[in-house]
Amino acid sequence: MSEFRMPSLGADMEAGTLVEWSVQPGDRVKRGDIIAAVETEKGIIEIEVFEDGVIDQLLVQPGKQVPVGTVLAMMHAAGEPLAPAAATMEAAVAQQTAATPPVPPAERPAVEVTQARPPVATPEQRVRVSPLARRLAAELGVDLQRVHGTGPHGAIERADVERAAAAPSAAATAPAPAVAKPDTAALQMGMRRAIAAAMARSKREIPHYYLETRIDMSQALRWLEAENQKRSIRERLLPAVVLLKAVARALGEVPELNGYWIEDRHQPQEAIHIGFAIALRQGGLIAPALHHVDLKSMDELMEAMRDLIMRARAGRLRSSEMTDATITVTNLGDLGVETVYGVIYPPQVALIGFGRIMEQPWAEQGMLGIRPVLTATLAADHRATDGRRGAQFLDALNRVLQRVETL
Amino acid sequence: MTETQIQETIFHVLGQIAPEADLSALPADADIREALSIDSFDHLNVLIGLHEALGVEIPESDYGQLTTLTQMIGYLAARVT
Repeated sequence: MSEFRMPSLGADMEAGTLVEWSVQPGDRVKRGDIIAAVETEKGIIEIEVFEDGVIDQLLVQPGKQVPVGTVLAMMHAAGEPLAPAAATMEAAVAQQTAATPPVPPAERPAVEVTQARPPVATPEQRVRVSPLARRLAAELGVDLQRVHGTGPHGAIERADVERAAAAPSAAATAPAPAVAKPDTAALQMGMRRAIAAAMARSKREIPHYYLETRIDMSQALRWLEAENQKRSIRERLLPAVVLLKAVARALGEVPELNGYWIEDRHQPQEAIHIGFAIALRQGGLIAPALHHVDLKSMDELMEAMRDLIMRARAGRLRSSEMTDATITVTNLGDLGVETVYGVIYPPQVALIGFGRIMEQPWAEQGMLGIRPVLTATLAADHRATDGRRGAQFLDALNRVLQRVETL
Repeated sequence: MTETQIQETIFHVLGQIAPEADLSALPADADIREALSIDSFDHLNVLIGLHEALGVEIPESDYGQLTTLTQMIGYLAARVT
């Protein structure tokens, strides 16, 4: 018998609102399965289960906001007999009630639960809504509770929302409920608060040091161009993919930069999960993890990145992606920035910044030429590593980018 | 296919990538990446969308010829069947 708790989906998260369950009591689940969706200040996150087993009971209703650590569901291992369930369950619930402030009954006004946080456009009962429909509903100010879903299992899809928005009578007769207002401003405020908390903590606690190097990208870009000539447009690679692979390879040489500083202790990690900073159109920033970058081919990485960016924008990231990153890469080259001095995302110990690849004068062997040049920076935690190791990392990165065909 | 139809297709593709953009206000000679704050990833998605909607092959070396709306229409009109 084990408890499934509200996970912490970031250094700054205190509470989350359960949006929906995707399992029911009796369902068999495998480690990594998505069992629920939770709304946080960084959007809606799909929550994965950590172990194989069977769901016994769901303890928190959709629509309810609960603190991190609150037991959301009870489950047992697949082989384990269903022990004196009722007693255990009651004990668990009692314990939880004692440990956390009493959770108001579902009938209490939503206002009380959602106070001082973005209104959740999510119904109390279980309604399936496609991410696109959810976003559209927020934009158009459509209350999802009043939308009739025509998708599989009554799921609400984009067309349903558009139909609802076009029907004037519903909006005219029904008093606009609080949750239906398109509140991009509140979402942005929540996002800013989350970024503020993490970044303030970073600058308060982490003694950053910064290193920077210029990298000749001629060889890498030539290789990429030749590769892309062989590919249909849908399979083409972006320079960002090459850079991520190169970072993963260089981390193999300087593994200390990949990991965490937790409880006064440096904890390097073996798996390389690169947090990839994605700017969101409505404002704000999110850096979900691309898992096992070192083990993926360029094509797999391109596909993973495509999927991650799309889900980040649609607000459908998974819990592991929010918590697993072992290092962050930020690429501001698209905005014409030449050099990025990053702020480390705690508890990570390093952040790699890439600027724009631009033609610059380049002196080599007594000759002056023009080369496509990339400025790569490392912001690293001086508690965990010293400048020497940081310098070795940037040197390794440079070497890898001079022979990308080996990646 | 007329240039008007091509423009409609371009708007449809851009609308999927940047749903919040007011495309009717997009200047014909503006760099769409700057005007709509489209990053390199979304830019590739725009070109993929155009390729799939119109069947036009767009080699990477031609990306620079598809910077503005006017350029896009010209490039695609010359190649669409």
